[in-house]
Amino acid sequence: MIPSLASRHSWFEATARKRIAGLLDPGSFVEILPPAESSPSPHLAKLDLPGAFDDGIVIGCGQLEKQPVFIAAQEGQFIGGAVGEIHGAKLVGLLKRAAREKPAAVLLLIDSGGVRLHEANAGLIAISEIMRAVLAARAAGVPVLALIGGSCGAFGGMGIVAKLCSAILISEEGRLALSGPEVIETVAGVEEFDSKDRALVWRVTGGKHRYLMGDCAMLVEDDVSAFRAAATAFLADWQEPAPSVGLLRATQRQLENRLTAYGAYRDGLQVWAALGVAQPETVPLLDRDSLVALKEGLPT
Amino acid sequence: MEKLNFQFDSVPASLAANPALCGVVGSGNLEILIKTGIEPAVCRVSIKTSARGFGETWRAVLGEFAANHPAGGTVIAINDMGATPAVVTLRLAQGLAEYLGGAQ
Repeated sequence: MIPSLASRHSWFEATARKRIAGLLDPGSFVEILPPAESSPSPHLAKLDLPGAFDDGIVIGCGQLEKQPVFIAAQEGQFIGGAVGEIHGAKLVGLLKRAAREKPAAVLLLIDSGGVRLHEANAGLIAISEIMRAVLAARAAGVPVLALIGGSCGAFGGMGIVAKLCSAILISEEGRLALSGPEVIETVAGVEEFDSKDRALVWRVTGGKHRYLMGDCAMLVEDDVSAFRAAATAFLADWQEPAPSVGLLRATQRQLENRLTAYGAYRDGLQVWAALGVAQPETVPLLDRDSLVALKEGLPT
Repeated sequence: MEKLNFQFDSVPASLAANPALCGVVGSGNLEILIKTGIEPAVCRVSIKTSARGFGETWRAVLGEFAANHPAGGTVIAINDMGATPAVVTLRLAQGLAEYLGGAQ
C-alpha cells in the first residue's frame, strides 16, 4: 500500500466522533452529555422512527495545540445531520457556555442539510437560537470557526449558521449554500437547476467555488490532520473583531456588488471566467495547492 | 419502528470502559451502547429498529454473540436503521472490545 494513503484519514468519510478525535489534541476531548446521559429525540419516537442516543451531534471541550476550545460535530449519517430540538439545544447550550467561559475558540464541524423536517417548528426555532448564540459568542470575543467537508455539506439553516461564523474552512468535497440542489429543482424546475448533475452542483456550491468567491477563508485537503493544521493556523492569526455597523454595511455593499457582477450567471465556469481565471474549465481538476496558488494570482 | 427486548446467559465480562458506544444510526448501520448491568451472568439487549418483523433474526444473531463472547453483566441498547446481520455481528464485537478496553 502507498504509505501516504495509509496515513491519510479522510474527513469526508469519518464519523463525527472520529473527526473530533483527530482534530483535537489526543485524549483532550471531554464530551458534554455523552450518549449514556443524553436522550434520543421524542419527536422521532412519536413518528415511529429510531433516534440516536446523542441526537446526531457530539459536543464538548478539549484542546487544540494546547489552547482550550469548545467543539460540536454533527453526524451527517444520521438523518442528514439535520437539526432537531435536542440537537439544536445541545449546540445552543455549548455556544452560550462559550460566551461565558471564553475558550480560545468554538469549532463547529458542520455536516447538515439544515432543519430536521420531522421536528418542523422545533427545528426551525433551534436554528434561530443557534444563529443568535453564534453571534452572542462572537460578540463576547470568542471566535466561532465552521469546518465543512462532510457528505451533507452545510445547507439550509446550517448554511446560514456557517456564514454567521468568524470564518469557514472548507475542503473541495464540502458544499455550502442556502437551498439544497434538490430543493431548487423541486421548486423552480430542472431547467433552473439539475440536481442530478453532480459536477454542476459542485461548480455552484462546492468548496473550490466557495473559496474562489471568498466565502471561505481557507481551502483544506480532505484529511483530518489537514483540518487540524488549518484551524490551528487560522486561529493563531485571528482576532475577533468587535461587532460594528460599519463592518455590516461594508459586507452588505460587497454582497450587492457581487450580485450585480455575477447575478446573471448560471454556472461556476462563467463566474470563474469573470473573476479572471484564464482557463475556468480546468478548475475542477486542480489539486488544492494549485487552486490556492491560482486564487492568490487573481486580480482583486 | 419495532421495539425488541432479549436476555441471554453469558460469561461475565470484565469491565474496563463503561459505557462504550460504537456505530452510527445511518442507513444500513446501527449504534450500540454497552453499559454495566446488575446481573453478572446475563446480557440484556433492547433494540429499536426501523425494520419490522426480524425478531427471530435478531434473537439468532444476539444469541450467538452472547454464547461466543464474555458479555455477561452488560446492558446493551441498540438503535438500528436496517443493518444486516453481518454488520450487527461486527458492531457487537467492536462495541464489546471497546467495553473490555480494547482499541477500536
